[in-house]
Amino acid sequence: MTRKKIVLRFPPHVVEQPVIYHLIKDYNLMVNILRADINPRKEGRLMMELSGEDADYRRAVQWLKKQELKIINLEQQISWSEERCTHCGACTVICPTAALNFERPAMTVRFEEDKCIICELCLRACPARAMEALAENANGR
Amino acid sequence: MKVNRTIEEINEKIKYGKVVVFTAEEIIEVIREKGVEEAASQVDVVTTGTFGPMCSSGAFLNVGHPKPRIKLNEVTLNGVEAYSGIAAVDLYIGATALPKNDPANRNYPGDFSYGGGHVIEDLVAGKEIHLEGRAYGTDCYPRKKYETLFRLEEINEAILYNPRNAYQNYNVAVNLGQKTIYTYMGILKSNLGNANYSSAGQLSPLFNDPLLKTIGIGTRIFLGGGIGYVAWHGTQHNPSAERLENGTPRFPAATLALIGDLKQMQPRWLRGLSYLGYGATLQVGLGVPIPILNEEIMGYCAVSDADLQAPVIDYSNAYPNRESDNLGHVSYAELRSGTIMVQGKQMPTASLSSYAGAREIAATLKTWIEKGSFSLTSPAAALPSVEAGIKFKPMPDRDPEGQEG
Repeated sequence: MTRKKIVLRFPPHVVEQPVIYHLIKDYNLMVNILRADINPRKEGRLMMELSGEDADYRRAVQWLKKQELKIINLEQQISWSEERCTHCGACTVICPTAALNFERPAMTVRFEEDKCIICELCLRACPARAMEALAENANGR
Repeated sequence: MKVNRTIEEINEKIKYGKVVVFTAEEIIEVIREKGVEEAASQVDVVTTGTFGPMCSSGAFLNVGHPKPRIKLNEVTLNGVEAYSGIAAVDLYIGATALPKNDPANRNYPGDFSYGGGHVIEDLVAGKEIHLEGRAYGTDCYPRKKYETLFRLEEINEAILYNPRNAYQNYNVAVNLGQKTIYTYMGILKSNLGNANYSSAGQLSPLFNDPLLKTIGIGTRIFLGGGIGYVAWHGTQHNPSAERLENGTPRFPAATLALIGDLKQMQPRWLRGLSYLGYGATLQVGLGVPIPILNEEIMGYCAVSDADLQAPVIDYSNAYPNRESDNLGHVSYAELRSGTIMVQGKQMPTASLSSYAGAREIAATLKTWIEKGSFSLTSPAAALPSVEAGIKFKPMPDRDPEGQEG
């Protein structure tokens, strides 16, 4: 069993292909879309969680690559510098999934990576700039 | 009163390692258990702390003279403008100063990724600072341009002087408007999306000596990880604000001006901050020891977050337009629980002041006192308190061209 969060980047010429349909129908995967930004004739991004049998997952990845889709693993796309963090909590009300949350009664900030959907709102909401995005991340900044 | 203790007696105990110290958080339970009188008879000092963004902060530097000499007229440190309208090579770098070419809010909301607060953090961290200076040139100070790199240890003086720190209480900021706003109180989401506050509450220095009975000019404190002193009352000092029966104010009230040698401070407790859409500032860590001179002083230290109230203010209209209305009060216990209710709507809260940091500062100061490396001072003069009758003033509004005000 494999369960993985990935970001798919669609070149403009494949944006109109029914990729999700194939993932479900041909590869038996469960697809949970976390975020999507797809526009006709433009590069698209799709963030999702895929789960299914290991072999199915591997075959699906090969197929996706053949379609010229770029696959980025979601883990560690956003990093939290514990050293920079002053544990104020400004990020916790901005983070939409509570991946950044407050541990009580310690009153310290905690970052739960598996809940992060790389919306990047925290990058600029953190006054101490303790949140960092990897150079090649979901938003391709 | 049954307990009467002097600062000299406390210092004797510190000298012989016999002093009893609790933090302002720990003492709450002690008083609950033993009562104020017994707690006062056993405890000599209560330590407080706070670690929040404090814009009215900055440092005086004397960078020494180049050869030939210069009277700095315009100067930048890592590109950030410093004030040079004092003697030739004396400067003041303010926490919210920005680089000359900073896009600020032209690209709204601006990033403000580097400002005066960051220069101060970099200085304290021992990093090399890039100085660029210009001058008009005089007979005694002929040089017109100078550029160099320097480190904190290489200059004559670096004195942190913060005109307003340690606010006694602060607003809880919310947004009643229809769009997200970017403020010095952080990002405030529309329609009461969140509430941001900024006080260490029960750990905060001026909540534990609300009427300024022990804190005065010359009080030695923890400042930026080193030693500092109370220099004066802070700007906008308003001890006349409405108070609860326990003496604590229901609105922002007293403030402190603080001073200390930057060279013995730590970057951990002086942190450059960037508030999206607002600007750069400095997060200052400070802690004040409260000598338990008698039961009355101990009684003030008994306050817990449930006993302290803050006003909820709308930053989409009331604050910017100086309207006096507030949306009611909430306690710091509610704020620290993570949600508050305003106008029938529940919303998440966030603090801009680090409670964990405040706790660590109070604990550090406690250790310093217990180990004998920090002794208490008697104030040289008291700070103005309630009886001073200070009236808080807005900016005068008179037309310089007009005949009448």
